[in-house]
Amino acid sequence: MPEYETFQHDVLIIGSGGAGLRAAIEASAAGVSVGMVCKCLLGKAHTVMAEGGIAAALANVDDRDNWKVHFADTMRGGQYVNNWRMAELHAKEAPARVRELEAWGAVFDRTRDGRILQRNFGGHKYPRLAHVGDRTGLEMIRTLQDHGIHQGIDVYMETCIVTLLKDGDRVVGALGYDRERGHFKIFQAKAVVLATGGIGKAYKITSNSWDCTGDGHSLAYHAGATLIDMEYVQFHPTGMVWPPSVAGMLVTEGVRGEGGILTNADGKRFMFDFIPDNYKTQTADNEEEGWRYTQGDKNARRPPELLTRDHVARCIVREIKEGRGTPHGGVYLDISWIRKRLSNAEEHIKRKLPSMHHQFKALGDIDITKEPMEVGPTTHYIMGGVRVDADTQMSGVPGLFAAGECAAGINGANRLGGNSLSDLLVFGKRAGEFAAKFAKENSYGKIDNDQVDRYTREALKPFENSHGENPYSVQRDLQEVMQHNVGIVRDESEMQSALDHSKTFWERAAQVGVTGNRDFNPGWHTALDLRNLLTVAEAITHAALERKESRGAQFRDDYPEKDERFAKVNTVIRKAEDGSMEVRLEPLPEMPDYLKQVIEENR
Amino acid sequence: MKTAVFKIWRGNATGGEFREYTTGVSEGMVVLDAVNHIQATQANDLAYRWNCKAGKCGSCSAEVNGMPKLMCMTRLSDLPLEKPVTVQPMKAFPLIKDLLTDVSWNFRVKKKIKKFKPRPPDAPDGTWRMQQEDIDRVQEFRKCIECFLCQDVCHVLRDHGMHEKFIGPRFLIHVAALEMHPLDTENRVEELRNAYGIGYCNITKCCTKVCPESIHITDNGIIPLKERVVDDFYDPLGWIWRRLKKKSDRQNVEELKR
Repeated sequence: MPEYETFQHDVLIIGSGGAGLRAAIEASAAGVSVGMVCKCLLGKAHTVMAEGGIAAALANVDDRDNWKVHFADTMRGGQYVNNWRMAELHAKEAPARVRELEAWGAVFDRTRDGRILQRNFGGHKYPRLAHVGDRTGLEMIRTLQDHGIHQGIDVYMETCIVTLLKDGDRVVGALGYDRERGHFKIFQAKAVVLATGGIGKAYKITSNSWDCTGDGHSLAYHAGATLIDMEYVQFHPTGMVWPPSVAGMLVTEGVRGEGGILTNADGKRFMFDFIPDNYKTQTADNEEEGWRYTQGDKNARRPPELLTRDHVARCIVREIKEGRGTPHGGVYLDISWIRKRLSNAEEHIKRKLPSMHHQFKALGDIDITKEPMEVGPTTHYIMGGVRVDADTQMSGVPGLFAAGECAAGINGANRLGGNSLSDLLVFGKRAGEFAAKFAKENSYGKIDNDQVDRYTREALKPFENSHGENPYSVQRDLQEVMQHNVGIVRDESEMQSALDHSKTFWERAAQVGVTGNRDFNPGWHTALDLRNLLTVAEAITHAALERKESRGAQFRDDYPEKDERFAKVNTVIRKAEDGSMEVRLEPLPEMPDYLKQVIEENR
Repeated sequence: MKTAVFKIWRGNATGGEFREYTTGVSEGMVVLDAVNHIQATQANDLAYRWNCKAGKCGSCSAEVNGMPKLMCMTRLSDLPLEKPVTVQPMKAFPLIKDLLTDVSWNFRVKKKIKKFKPRPPDAPDGTWRMQQEDIDRVQEFRKCIECFLCQDVCHVLRDHGMHEKFIGPRFLIHVAALEMHPLDTENRVEELRNAYGIGYCNITKCCTKVCPESIHITDNGIIPLKERVVDDFYDPLGWIWRRLKKKSDRQNVEELKR
């Protein structure tokens, strides 16, 4: 009979990135006891890697900006399948959340008159991203961390959750283990907030950390919550492609925001070749105008490099496929060309993009102030996730909340850069607030010891099987299959084949073995993460098969056009009674007239 | 394929040894690639931390050929591969397992440092005004990724184990970022002298040398803090002047608000 330590908190937060920290701060401020579980050390979560900025209509740089324009931009970028209420709340509340960070000590770059500076980014009509050079995520997570540690939050570092625990329909806690000793812990809670981030590790080429294994998506799904929009995986257009060991590492969109251009092997600036209809009126039709836009000319329209990520990524894939790629299979991203325009270009690039300068110099022997970078798409973000109520962030399972990347709705079919950090703040706060409220209105539920024992025994199984397959091999093979069969360009037969593979992956995952003991054993941790990775991989594939059209981040070779039949539906995934994955289409909620009008006004 | 030998420390607090692993080497590889590959193929239970593999999270700190480094930013092409590459845990912290150390002391230290306390907002809409040139220095300090390599190399901690009396370079920089923050109104000078033990630092600049973010820890952070301590506690004229200046700063702000 295994032993457990039990901890009790009114609100348990799973995840310690931007959303988790913001939720913890809010819940704690509401006067309830808060526990926060982090898979890594505090302050190391994937938010730390965000580069470009936080989107918020502060209107510090262009006074024409306001929540309505931000809302319209977000909906257009998401192909109007976003949850309109989340997009509305997000656009309205983001400015206050950014100002709050400043009150907690964040030091953003400044405008000449001393206010928070904002930069251009893809799909945003006006300069909107509050930033700190190209290390905005670090600034954000450190600010929240340094504020949060004085709020009386109990932090459980390097702790992983194996399963959520339920009492009837309601979530009443979670079972986890500490990585250092491998001891199992029961976290009893009146409300649980999932803030576990993304799923990038389901793919081979990704900008994500090792720990982005879709834990929250999977925990919620197995606890009976609904996942929506799982087909929408964002492939960021610009990841490093060379050397191989850094393939997939992010190159911030800020490079293009500061005037960087994309060219192919023939030296042609190819992004002017195809501009989607719904962006034609907003996009420059010549290089001169595009340059003026990046330099703050309010009468200029944005260069096509700053179209949405789904579109830019597809254009890059097209150039490579049609034989106009670079020697290492990418395209060129060039910021050094601005030397022709600016006398202090070198200094300017180093000040605006210090991490990029350092990253290329240290890892690729490239000086970006003098030569172009080679870039190609990399798995970056998932728009899909746990379906939540827009205002409260509660899932369909009472007591279970979700915020940030693991929740869905705000981004629709494609996320605009910068909307992720603001999403974490706006909905992290809301999740914390409403989880605290739920906790005050409900008492602790009953922990089912049989359920706990069952999951613990299952989690320990790999130790009984020390000659079983290496868990890293299963993970690697899954990543290969997802990369090739459910990647940026999809079709029915390849995805069907991925589903066939999936069956064998589940069988292999059940047979993996680990050596050594439970003391900080990454092989064991990897074995336990497989269940989450396999669950999200299957959900992505099912949803992508169901949506027989191309929209936003989903591109189907066999259905290359948008199809009206899919314009107003979400793909919805839940676990059926028999344990199988059930997929169906459900209509989107109808947008109210006042928001339709906002969209019309901003066509 | 070219290969290289890695001598990696395996063991825990009760003892251990270096074990040799041979692995393939390809263009552009960093130490973390090699260690990840060894873990995935030869030693599934090899313990160490890493997250971003991009020099941004500060998790994969270790000592490579005796030098405190981020494994993810140390390229194999910069190491003499004809000899085995040694990889061992940071020495200034208690060993948990293999390359993994118990860095929790750092988190406890930070909690003891007085938090940011801003002056009242400058504008009626609740916002502040700061000039870029007034925050350049603070932004330099805020680049810190908390890899704790500076703590590891600092002889006050590493060789003398004075963790109870000295907060180390990382947290002196944290204090400097707060003290030099244009909006902050808290005073931490008394603590610097006593609880934080700034006097133990004798400016050997080892911390600056190992900082992967190239923060001028000693010159831009610790020395100015030492000057503040000296001014406040040993220079009566400076003390009076600064008290008056603080008051006039406050008045300026009041006026601005009006």
